[in-house]
Amino acid sequence: MSFVVNGMQHDATPQPGQCLRTFLRELGWFGVKKGCDAGDCGACTVHLDGKPVHSCLVPAFRAEGLEVTTIEGLGVDGLHPMQQAFLDAQGFQCGFCTAGMVMTAACLDQAQRQDLPAALKGNLCRCTGYRAIADAIAGHKHADGAGSSGGRNVPAPAGPAVVSGKARYTMDVAPDGPLQGLLHMKILRSPHASARIVAIDASAALALPGVIAVLTHEDAPQKHFSTARHEHVTDDVDDTLVLDPIIRFAGQRVAAIVAVSEAVAEAARDLVEVSYELLPAVFDPEEAMRPGAPVIHDKPVSSRIANASRNIVAELHGETGDVEAGFAEADLVHEATYQSQRVQHAHLETHGAIGWLGGDGRLHVRTSSQTPFLTRDALCTLFNMPKDKVRVFSERVGGGFGGKQEMITEDIVALAVLTTGRPVKLEFTRSEQFSASTSRHPMRVTVKLGVRRDGTLTALSMRMVSNTGAYGNHGPGVLFHAAGEAIALYRCANKKVDGYAVYTNTLPSGAFRGYGLSQTIFAVESAMDEAAHKLGIDPFAFRRLNVVRAEDPIVAADHVAHDLSFGSYGLDQCLDLVERDLNGAPKPKLSGDWLTGRGMAVAMIATIPPRGHRAESRIRLTTEGTYELAVGTAEFGNGTTTVHAQIAATMLGATPAQIRIRQSDTDHIAHDTGAYGSTGTVVAGAATGRAAEALAEAICTFAAAHSGVDRATCRLVDGDVMAGERRISLVELAEAAMAKGVALSGIGHSDGSSRSIAFNVQGFEVAVHRRQGEIRILRSIHAADAGFVINPMQCRGQVEGGVAQALGAALYEQMLIDAEGKVANPTFRGYHIPSFADTPVTTVHFAATSDSIGPLGAKSMSESPYNPVAAALANAICAATGVRLRETPFTADRLYRLVLDEDGRNALRRSEARDAVEPPFQAQEHAVAVPGE
Amino acid sequence: MDLNTINAIARPRSRGELADFGRGDAWLAGGTWLFSEPQPHLTRLIDLSQAGWAPLLVSEAGLSIAATCTVATLDALKAPADWIAAPLIGLCCRSFLASFKIWNMATVGGNLCMALPAGPMISLCAALDGVCTIWMPEGGERRVPVADFVEGPLQPALRPGEVLRSIALPREALSRRFAFRRASLSQLGRSGVLLIGTLPATGDFVLTVTASTRRPVQLAFADMPGPNELAARLAEAIPDALYYDDVHGRPDWRRHMTFEFAEEIRRELAEPRR
Repeated sequence: MSFVVNGMQHDATPQPGQCLRTFLRELGWFGVKKGCDAGDCGACTVHLDGKPVHSCLVPAFRAEGLEVTTIEGLGVDGLHPMQQAFLDAQGFQCGFCTAGMVMTAACLDQAQRQDLPAALKGNLCRCTGYRAIADAIAGHKHADGAGSSGGRNVPAPAGPAVVSGKARYTMDVAPDGPLQGLLHMKILRSPHASARIVAIDASAALALPGVIAVLTHEDAPQKHFSTARHEHVTDDVDDTLVLDPIIRFAGQRVAAIVAVSEAVAEAARDLVEVSYELLPAVFDPEEAMRPGAPVIHDKPVSSRIANASRNIVAELHGETGDVEAGFAEADLVHEATYQSQRVQHAHLETHGAIGWLGGDGRLHVRTSSQTPFLTRDALCTLFNMPKDKVRVFSERVGGGFGGKQEMITEDIVALAVLTTGRPVKLEFTRSEQFSASTSRHPMRVTVKLGVRRDGTLTALSMRMVSNTGAYGNHGPGVLFHAAGEAIALYRCANKKVDGYAVYTNTLPSGAFRGYGLSQTIFAVESAMDEAAHKLGIDPFAFRRLNVVRAEDPIVAADHVAHDLSFGSYGLDQCLDLVERDLNGAPKPKLSGDWLTGRGMAVAMIATIPPRGHRAESRIRLTTEGTYELAVGTAEFGNGTTTVHAQIAATMLGATPAQIRIRQSDTDHIAHDTGAYGSTGTVVAGAATGRAAEALAEAICTFAAAHSGVDRATCRLVDGDVMAGERRISLVELAEAAMAKGVALSGIGHSDGSSRSIAFNVQGFEVAVHRRQGEIRILRSIHAADAGFVINPMQCRGQVEGGVAQALGAALYEQMLIDAEGKVANPTFRGYHIPSFADTPVTTVHFAATSDSIGPLGAKSMSESPYNPVAAALANAICAATGVRLRETPFTADRLYRLVLDEDGRNALRRSEARDAVEPPFQAQEHAVAVPGE
Repeated sequence: MDLNTINAIARPRSRGELADFGRGDAWLAGGTWLFSEPQPHLTRLIDLSQAGWAPLLVSEAGLSIAATCTVATLDALKAPADWIAAPLIGLCCRSFLASFKIWNMATVGGNLCMALPAGPMISLCAALDGVCTIWMPEGGERRVPVADFVEGPLQPALRPGEVLRSIALPREALSRRFAFRRASLSQLGRSGVLLIGTLPATGDFVLTVTASTRRPVQLAFADMPGPNELAARLAEAIPDALYYDDVHGRPDWRRHMTFEFAEEIRRELAEPRR
């Protein structure tokens, strides 16, 4: 058969059931992405005879005789105007959805451009919150290419490659060179939530032509580890095997089939016969903690599991002051339980890795990871290999949100490579992403507040029960983090926290944007709002009375972190900015069917995770007079690469365009903990700043010697060196240095200690339909204290994306676990993430602060905008309707009954509804002498 | 996604070539559902797109829609001016969860044969008294009203080897006044409730309930009912178990919204013709 793609003829014949997406990729058109492979996300959009289609749904044979255009062929002479528009507005973050977004936008007629919510409903973006995409289509220009440095809207270095489909993500490599003879892996997963594998018969599978290996627990190392990646491996429990004969959740690996194609691997997978002995399962964390519950991990103390016999992976008990005394002196005691559900990261690039043995005799792993260095270290430990024999790298990563602070593909790929000696690829399907990767920790949080009638907090206690699922990856870390800033935010002499991270037979929870704080902040900020309303105090005023101030110690329930301090303090500004904007506008005028209200919530976050987060940056002057900067940070839409360039450029008196960055490759530098915990700017960026500073010093010192002038007269100016009165080009200087055998380079390190505090305040104005329960967000206002904002355009994007992602969790998203413990909705059709139509424009304000700790005065701002959103929305809904929602997500089909009930319009329905009004986790309120009651 | 168990594609060009439908076969129309989920039980796809069925036929009798007519083609129909119900076509196309890109491939017949409660082509064709023409494998054809064609979620009234050939919408139905209501748990999301009311030429009232129920429910009234009569008929016609329960809406909400919308539609259509 003959196909014309981007004007080029290909003679090739697809498989009968092959879709156009994979066929185009086989032909080398890697701009065609896989987000869902099911027609829901639009990342694979191409044009067929000029019409946009989702190529994952098009039978490949049907493209014969039609003109196929992919992102690579969209521009006739250079970039298509829509590609240029996305570049000008920087309408992307990770960029994985961008090719499909551009291919769709390029086809819209003027009527469709007037109605982007409908026109773009077939294109999902998880990073941006869509505002930047709307701006691109509307022709706004935000990128400021001329700017030199910190504080400017410098565009992402990868922008031109992203909009033209040339940026290479994990799977965008052809099977040649070292990947010649690439094998494909499919994983047989358990249908049972709790079982013991009695026997695996792979003979029929192995007999299938093209099957190379079937790996089972008998082939895997017998070493326990954690899929979670942390600087200190002892932060997590050792409870996981690459392949385990004990099954602890439906979806767990049973066997890995390695074959010459995905099709053969899939067919062989269905031929593997497994006999299971079914074991009792437990799905609820409270039940799992009860005596007599099935023990999920029968493991020794050396595993670091806190209490294996009670399924408690970690627990936490802390008290400062005397909470009982504090509650005794309160005029109002409010106590209620708040529940946060299980949600998926839904980064558009699924997990995947490609491994091979290089000609250098080393194991190479190309992967979609936030932590290539820590994954390298884990592989070395697992397979007993020295660090110099393993290379792990990420080229460009299609979104992370914490989901890729985990080793869930690299270990099995490495095992297959080491077993077969051949290159092996594993790419998760979207369904595997939902049912067999990780999620946010579902959490039940009971908050008890004691307040005096003047609004002073007298006591604050919190009990957390976190469902860590079948494995303990990130269970302890999330629990401890969740217990921190949510209550350290408030100055209160008496605080107490009890927390449990509990095993259940459900898929493992893991790192997720906010790392526990989104769940506890939902609880605490909802409770604060409830208390404020009972006391008749304005929520902003109530916060001002009680929030921690710049001169206060930072105290959670039990300890003071000695390396944590206010390098800057902008919460007061954030409160003022949101209050002024939210309450400054007149009340909206809507028909009588709509109830309106306003709500707010506060979030605080330490700019760096505790106990060490390390980075190294290396920079050198090249003989072309440019700088080559090597950093560990992976780029997955965080924008950190741009910030590295800006920091280095600032230190070197250069422009970001002069800085070429090589990143996220264990061959480039010695160590980098990774891009998690919002550290890309504040840790790795600090290392880059130091490296660039060292290089500037080396250049000036050499220039002084080279010109025979005093060092003090030398400085870097506009890409040249001034040595006294003489202007020397960097090319000349670099050549001179080379001639003398002097390396002009710098190395910088950062250990992540000395941490500052960032703040976020979110406000919403909402309307709720009084009979139908529909929630409409009328206004979304966010203020962020990010210190000095190095790149306002990008930082705004991080806030907008965080708010949008959090709105998904607050309004729509919920991973449903069925009676057998399986994920019941493992597709985007069943798991709705916000589309363009669902995402309001968020007004973003920045506090004017500059941090004494972070690089160039900056603070982190990537996870934290997520954290106050659910509570602010619940508080606004309550202000509108009087209905207090204590369980996310807030959906019309639950809310309508409660609103109707409050409204008293339908007596019949009200009596029916009474049972449903009560939240499932009994809320208790003890009102004692409340003013006005 | 790739359907790796498929080892053959048939591309029949005449009715005679449709006859050998067997085990492991599936009709391929737009492919937008077939290729969106694993289909491990299938080994052959029979591509209907080469059958050469004219997508739309406008006649004195009304509109005949080939099963293989794409949603985009239907949406682009320039309807005769007296088909005052024709805007329902656009409204129903816009009720797809899927975007206009999918409309370029997805077919009207495919949507009916999926028989999902939220299928908006089912809503459209049922509300406009559509009649399906079904080709039988042994030759011959039979006709089934669209409202009866969908028997439940994923349960079309098709026997093995039968193929949906076309849907006829009578001119009388296309000439009615109508009212349309739809609700979803997210903006422009999958329909949880979709109700269409029409006023037939004889002056009575027909209400078609879709999306909220497991299959279409049609209520015909000899005269425009009052609110109580309407509610009573709804309660009688739709037992609680008939309300659909999935992630796109709880059944109690679907029921509530069905009553809400039914009454809104009743009031809208009870106003005299302007």
